[in-house]
Amino acid sequence: MKRVLDEKDVARAIRRIAHEISERNRGAGDVILVGIHTRGIPLADRIGRELAAIEDTEIPLGTLDIGLYRDDFASRPAPVIGRTDIPDTIEGRTVVLVDDVLYTGRTIRAALDALTDMGRPARIQLAVLVDRGHRELPIRADYVGKNLPTSEKERVTVHLQEIDGEEGVWIEATL
Amino acid sequence: MNHLLTTQDLDRDHLTMLLDTADGMVSLLERDIAKAPTLRGKTVATMFFEPSTRTKLSFDKAAKALSADVMSFTASSSSLTKGESLKDTVLTVQALGVDLMVVRHGATGAPWRVAEWVDVPVVNAGDGAHQHPTQALLDSLTLRQHFGTLDGVKIGIVGDIRHSRVARSNVFAFATLGADVTLIAPPTLLPVANSEWPVHTTSELDDALTGLDAVYLLRVQSERGGASVFPSLGEYRARFGLTAERFKRLKPDAVVLHPGPMIRGVEIDAVVADDPRSLVLEQVTNGVAARMAVLYHLLGGEADV
Repeated sequence: MKRVLDEKDVARAIRRIAHEISERNRGAGDVILVGIHTRGIPLADRIGRELAAIEDTEIPLGTLDIGLYRDDFASRPAPVIGRTDIPDTIEGRTVVLVDDVLYTGRTIRAALDALTDMGRPARIQLAVLVDRGHRELPIRADYVGKNLPTSEKERVTVHLQEIDGEEGVWIEATL
Repeated sequence: MNHLLTTQDLDRDHLTMLLDTADGMVSLLERDIAKAPTLRGKTVATMFFEPSTRTKLSFDKAAKALSADVMSFTASSSSLTKGESLKDTVLTVQALGVDLMVVRHGATGAPWRVAEWVDVPVVNAGDGAHQHPTQALLDSLTLRQHFGTLDGVKIGIVGDIRHSRVARSNVFAFATLGADVTLIAPPTLLPVANSEWPVHTTSELDDALTGLDAVYLLRVQSERGGASVFPSLGEYRARFGLTAERFKRLKPDAVVLHPGPMIRGVEIDAVVADDPRSLVLEQVTNGVAARMAVLYHLLGGEADV
């Protein structure tokens, strides 16, 4: 297993993403960060703190479970559904979705459907720690911590202190 | 998990999986658009061979919130009245094309027979005085929301235990989740063979009352013979009803549950039923979420537990 990002790399990527969100949206006045279960949630929390420090304002933070919106419900075991909690409304706001790895794009497709059922944001943007390519849908990220060219045979593992007790991004070959 | 027939064979991991997913479903139900497309194209048949309002409506709502189609069957308006057998009835419904059957029946074990006959998942929505597993899930969910855990929570189940499928289901779910369960009933309303149950028993509500974190009241089931074992409903209330006076002697943070339908003035006084510490309406709302979790995991396969 090869480590491609260590904890300092992750911290730098998060700080840069927070700056980019602030720059792109000219502040963070109407931004709401929504972390996708599981590892998008601590990432959204950390981006939110950086952004709050930059903008000197509170950034609302939501959580989203996309399990009920998957397109492979019949073909794979059903995971436990986590809570979706969005503070106040997404109506007319700028929602920044946060996830750890962008791969086929199917998780994000599901997240967009879930958000649509909760209201009509002014815009939705996507922040990911790692973009490993191999999209199966026309989806791209607005903020990328690290572009990581991979083969489909490789596995990308993100570990975060809050969940895994260690921090970093690894890549390994599978058979 | 292929069927949900009894709480007796659900281990802690399975119960926790269902309750965790049910919590996620609660958050879906709190939204303005309380509907997700998960079970689109699936058909759930609710087959009630015995009257029910809340359970049937609750399963209906649960299936629809996940976008399943619902076919309803009630015995009184069916070909059963023309003499069709249970087996032919369920095979006919299966041949119409259903993906899951919810079965309530007055005879103990009927959902097990149905599960042998059909090749879709079966959910027991109450069989005689035997089991009612989704009730136990919604009660466990309600208690877990309130206390954070069931570990060490002292629950007293009061009343007509003998005729109660709710009690038979709850005892095992509560105990598996770590609660300390006491059955409180006159000896005549205790089950004949309960020595294997993971519970304490007593016939003195007044002694047990002050130690409880949750009081779970049962309805006196007149239709199953529950009212015939003591002289009058007034006498029942005097010894086993949660009266306003007894309610005052509960721990200040203790809560009250009831599976409904409640008979105010018998097992529960009206002021108790309407107190904020009565979780009766939370139970009803959680019933939808718990049943959504069951439909989701039975139709979608189970997570790694």
